[in-house]
Amino acid sequence: MAENVTPRVRVPSSAAAGEVITIKTLISHIMESGQRKNSDGNLIPRSIINRFTCDFNGQNVIDVTLEPAISTNPYFEFQAQVPEAGTYTFTWYDDDGSVYTDTKDIAIG
Amino acid sequence: MTKTVLKGAITSIAILAGAGMALAEGGLVINGDLELTTEAPAADHLAGHLTTVYSGWVFRDSFTQAMEMDDFDNPGMLFVDAGEAMWNEPAGTSGKACADCHADASESMAGVRAVYPKWNEAAGEVRTLEMQINACRTENQGAEALKYGKGDIVSLEAYISMQSRGLPMNVAIDGPVADVWAQGKEMYYTRTGQLELSCASCHEENYGNLIRAETLSQGQTNGFPVYRIKDSVLTSASGRFVGCVRDTKAETYKIDSSEFVALELYVASRGNGLSVEGVSVRN
Ligand code: HEC
Ligand code: HEC
Repeated sequence: MAENVTPRVRVPSSAAAGEVITIKTLISHIMESGQRKNSDGNLIPRSIINRFTCDFNGQNVIDVTLEPAISTNPYFEFQAQVPEAGTYTFTWYDDDGSVYTDTKDIAIG
Repeated sequence: MTKTVLKGAITSIAILAGAGMALAEGGLVINGDLELTTEAPAADHLAGHLTTVYSGWVFRDSFTQAMEMDDFDNPGMLFVDAGEAMWNEPAGTSGKACADCHADASESMAGVRAVYPKWNEAAGEVRTLEMQINACRTENQGAEALKYGKGDIVSLEAYISMQSRGLPMNVAIDGPVADVWAQGKEMYYTRTGQLELSCASCHEENYGNLIRAETLSQGQTNGFPVYRIKDSVLTSASGRFVGCVRDTKAETYKIDSSEFVALELYVASRGNGLSVEGVSVRN
């Protein structure tokens, strides 16, 4: 079980209809690659976030597969067009089965 | 209509490029509104050595500088969050949290980071923040002491440090701390190791110059704890000192030694006048 996993998300609180906004996300995670050895020479088991998704009002915006070479605390910055007011849902999937989510509302105006 | 918008966009790109150019000499402004002092007249005790002191931020590339200018982009903030959680969580045999005695950190810890290391009258010793945190853990919480340098203790230090962000470093060097301060100063100027280098050889005589691929700063501690991109870890000043002493190919002092307390006090006093940066970003 990865410790101290905390997602952080930044989405503007409002936008004009049709506007393209920038979304930033960050999750604290060790992203242990599974390739490293500990001081006894044993392999440290892989423990990574393997998938990240963002949905808006039930529709998928982005769906990312993460590989072991990605460094600690994966950060994503991407753009999305805002068709209407609603809610962004962010989901991170951990190798250990844990799922972390965060949501952000956006208003039109 | 479309044309006007386009024109607006181009103008703003031009301004951005200008800002990028000016970054190295321009100010450190956090989240677009909190301006930090990264350049200040040197404290009197530095007469004959330095006229101006600079934060390590000034010497970093624009990419690293930008990471510190936005709390979302500053990975050190993850550790601040972890520190805040620890602040509110009961620990040790007392079952007490830091918050049970110190309540709201934004009030009780405001200004604290700016004056550390400082004299503790009851204990009759100079204490770094790491020492004080451990003293509260062992004496007030009945919890075990934490290891210095990185990890939980630095997360707590980061949370405490954030409550002083923007305040000028103002470490006392006289009165009961005078002897310890003098010891730190002596260490700073003494050449050690196979390379026979002192802290001053790199950070006073050669700041602004390249050492291998890195630009040397003045080795100030106002930015600590520091998030180092190199190893994705938040480091305290004591942790940094260990690395710097090793770089001279010298036997390093123990991270929790009285020597490093003296050095931390002295180095902190060289940065008097620079802003506490809360948690900074360096490579
Ligand atoms: C049982 C009560 C108690 C608990 C729990 C406690 N402290 Fe303290 N702390 C004190 C007292 C008493 C002092 C000394 C008061 C003074 O002189 O400012 C102090 C002083 C401090 C100072 C120095 C403040 C200054 O102005 O120099 C810091 C920093 C600090 N504590 C951090 C912590 C942290 C971090 C925790 C949790 C890990 C903690 N304390 C838990 C009672 C407590
Ligand atoms: C061989 C040259 C060298 C020596 C000697 C040296 N350092 Fe450093 N130090 C560096 C380099 C390189 C860095 C990273 C770039 C920078 O900030 O200067 C650094 C960084 C630092 C930093 C972090 C500054 C910041 O803003 O993040 C501190 C603090 C520091 N050194 C203190 C010391 C102290 C105290 C000594 C003496 C015990 C010392 N250094 C000796 C090379 C040296």
